Amino acid sequence: MPASSTERPPDGRRASLPRQRMPEQEASVRAGNFSEVALGLSEEMAVTEASRCLDCKRPKCVDNCPVAVDVPAFLSLVKTHRFDEAASLVRAKNSLPAMCGRVCPQENQCEGGCVLGKKHEPVAIGYIERFLGDYALKRGSAAAATPDGPKVAIVGSGPAGLTAAGDLAQAGYRVTVFEALHDAGGVLRYGIPNFRLPKDVLSAELGYLGTLGVEIRVNAVIGRLFTVPSLMESGYRAVFVGTGAGTPHFLGIPGENLNGVYSANEFLTRANLMQAYRFGEVDTPITAGRRVAVVGGGNVAMDAARVGLRLGAEEVTIVYRRSRAEMPARAEEVVHAEDEGIRFEMLTNPTRLLQGSDFWVTGLECLRMELGEPDASGRRRPVPRPGSEFVVEADTVVIAIGSSANPLIQQTTPGLSVNDRGYIVTDPATGLTSIPGVYAGGDVVTGSATVIDAMGAGRRASAAIQEYLGSS
Amino acid sequence: MFPIRSARSLGPGLTRLDIEAADIARAALPGQFLMLRYDERAERIPLTIADADPAAGTVTIIFLSVGKTTQQLSQLRPGDAIRDIAGPLGRHMEIERVGTVACVGGGVGVPALYPKARAMKKAGNRVVSVLGARTAELLVLMDEMSAISDEVRVTTDDGSRGRKGFVSDELADMLRDETTRPDLVVAVGPIPMMAAVAETTRPHGVKTLVSLNPIMVDGTGMCGGCRVTVGGKTKFACVDGPVFDGHEVDFAELAQRQKRFIPFEQRAKEEFGHACKLNRASP
Repeated sequence: MPASSTERPPDGRRASLPRQRMPEQEASVRAGNFSEVALGLSEEMAVTEASRCLDCKRPKCVDNCPVAVDVPAFLSLVKTHRFDEAASLVRAKNSLPAMCGRVCPQENQCEGGCVLGKKHEPVAIGYIERFLGDYALKRGSAAAATPDGPKVAIVGSGPAGLTAAGDLAQAGYRVTVFEALHDAGGVLRYGIPNFRLPKDVLSAELGYLGTLGVEIRVNAVIGRLFTVPSLMESGYRAVFVGTGAGTPHFLGIPGENLNGVYSANEFLTRANLMQAYRFGEVDTPITAGRRVAVVGGGNVAMDAARVGLRLGAEEVTIVYRRSRAEMPARAEEVVHAEDEGIRFEMLTNPTRLLQGSDFWVTGLECLRMELGEPDASGRRRPVPRPGSEFVVEADTVVIAIGSSANPLIQQTTPGLSVNDRGYIVTDPATGLTSIPGVYAGGDVVTGSATVIDAMGAGRRASAAIQEYLGSS
Repeated sequence: MFPIRSARSLGPGLTRLDIEAADIARAALPGQFLMLRYDERAERIPLTIADADPAAGTVTIIFLSVGKTTQQLSQLRPGDAIRDIAGPLGRHMEIERVGTVACVGGGVGVPALYPKARAMKKAGNRVVSVLGARTAELLVLMDEMSAISDEVRVTTDDGSRGRKGFVSDELADMLRDETTRPDLVVAVGPIPMMAAVAETTRPHGVKTLVSLNPIMVDGTGMCGGCRVTVGGKTKFACVDGPVFDGHEVDFAELAQRQKRFIPFEQRAKEEFGHACKLNRASP
């Protein structure tokens, strides 16, 4: 698409500044530890990078952001070292900038819209957002707020729920977040590994929400301990359901219940939530063995592969049935995985898991694929090449091919409309479900998507809840 | 934190804890379980809810010390607390009046059998408990089970008490005789025992429910670690169970899957046992 005629022509001087490179742990070093890979920009780097912004009249970066962060405005503040103001501006739209700066697929969102990217490289908006998020967490917050408005319950402490909680608390509502596990954060806690999203950064972001007055109740499985109707009866005036898509999918091929075969959820939950890589200091075990094969091409697959490497596997292979171009993973994660020495078997589809003399998996029998006509997703459909069977040897196989909604809330909330795939039906503009006062958003509505999409849904629902409770 | 209200030993290695957890006590139904995490470093482990007292605001667990977490739990005293408890989890058991129910328990399974047997009795069934162990001193909860049973039959592998043999032998005799044949069998115990019970009842067409306790991480349907093949389909014991039709369960696969982490489990247990001895040795 040609640049709009109302945009100023690219400023040659600023555009010619190279995009700042993110300082990283060296690939050979980081493959042996669970510390964060990307080390973060220095103040000077952040200022230099922000000064690359052309300040276009119609900033596509804002349009492309699911929560419409005012990117040019915060970059402009960073340019002049006004980091506190810049961080406040980001937080006005995004309660979790230290998270989003790390895990958003910026290349498809803010940076994907950056006009500089047409001829040069886009402004590293994600890096700067992360810089501001970390800056704000380091500075700490003002005294804790004590909201006194109506009570709102949030079910699930993932990105959707936390965003809704933060917004509502800031607007004066008394918010309780109910989390089924023993630590909050949802997929940010159990799914995304420490080397991509350090758990102390997550805890600090949760601490910030605490200062806004958000109460988080862990070990609370809604649908069992309480139900959505019982929460409404006990005084919560509205409920937001953000329970995610936590039910793992399996391939449905022979051998999937062999020992050494994990869902990505199990493998990552052991490593992340339970910290099983520190076995000895902690009691939860995990096995990787010498060779790990991961089936799938998304961020979760990259995370599982890189966890396998860090657990000491000598060889880690990603098996994906389409080609590199169709991989849904964030570009940076694929590059990181490659740099660390992960092997990729593209256009490869597993047909069965092989077992040795005991009940342990020994490998994955696969077929080579070629790309045919585009399918419903618009991606070219992989078609098997007859006679192309071969074996990927593995002591551990991780199935990372997606997940669907946990049905517990749907089963225990009479009158809640659910579609034929088990996702909650909502008004996309507000997140309102079929029950007045009950809202939903994130993966439990859309199926697996991104952290920032879930946050956008949390934001829209919180606005709708404020309108509903303000007028009722 | 979940404070311990009372703690008591019910026999060798067997402990009963009443834990303050008012919301769980109100919501709990027979057949459901809890996920417990003893402290920040501990595993999450599933344990059956043995009893729930909404008035007292407590839930009761009864367990044998077999691994590190259960050993740690057995040392708790009133005033101590368990770091995390999530529940009630799993589908509750449908309790109906069907006539005679044989409640079959072996060793470590008896504590998990007890609440189910009690609910069956309360629903107006005639409860015949068939309880077994390797040897007499490993028989657990005999008084409690007797109190809620119309009849108790006992077997030991070595014949030190009751019939010499397995619970499935006793059950086979009951099935052969019309006057003692149960209308429903509920079996909880080690995997080979439940498999043997299911094979014993299968030719007689007597419905047999088993309660499975596979390795779990979250206990809420998220990890699939507890997957078990039932009727040829993969089920998650945590959300689809833990109670299943015993005639449909692939016990051979389940037995193999339970071996996944044995070296880790032994190491954790040994190091814990060693640390305990050191503690006892110091003044």
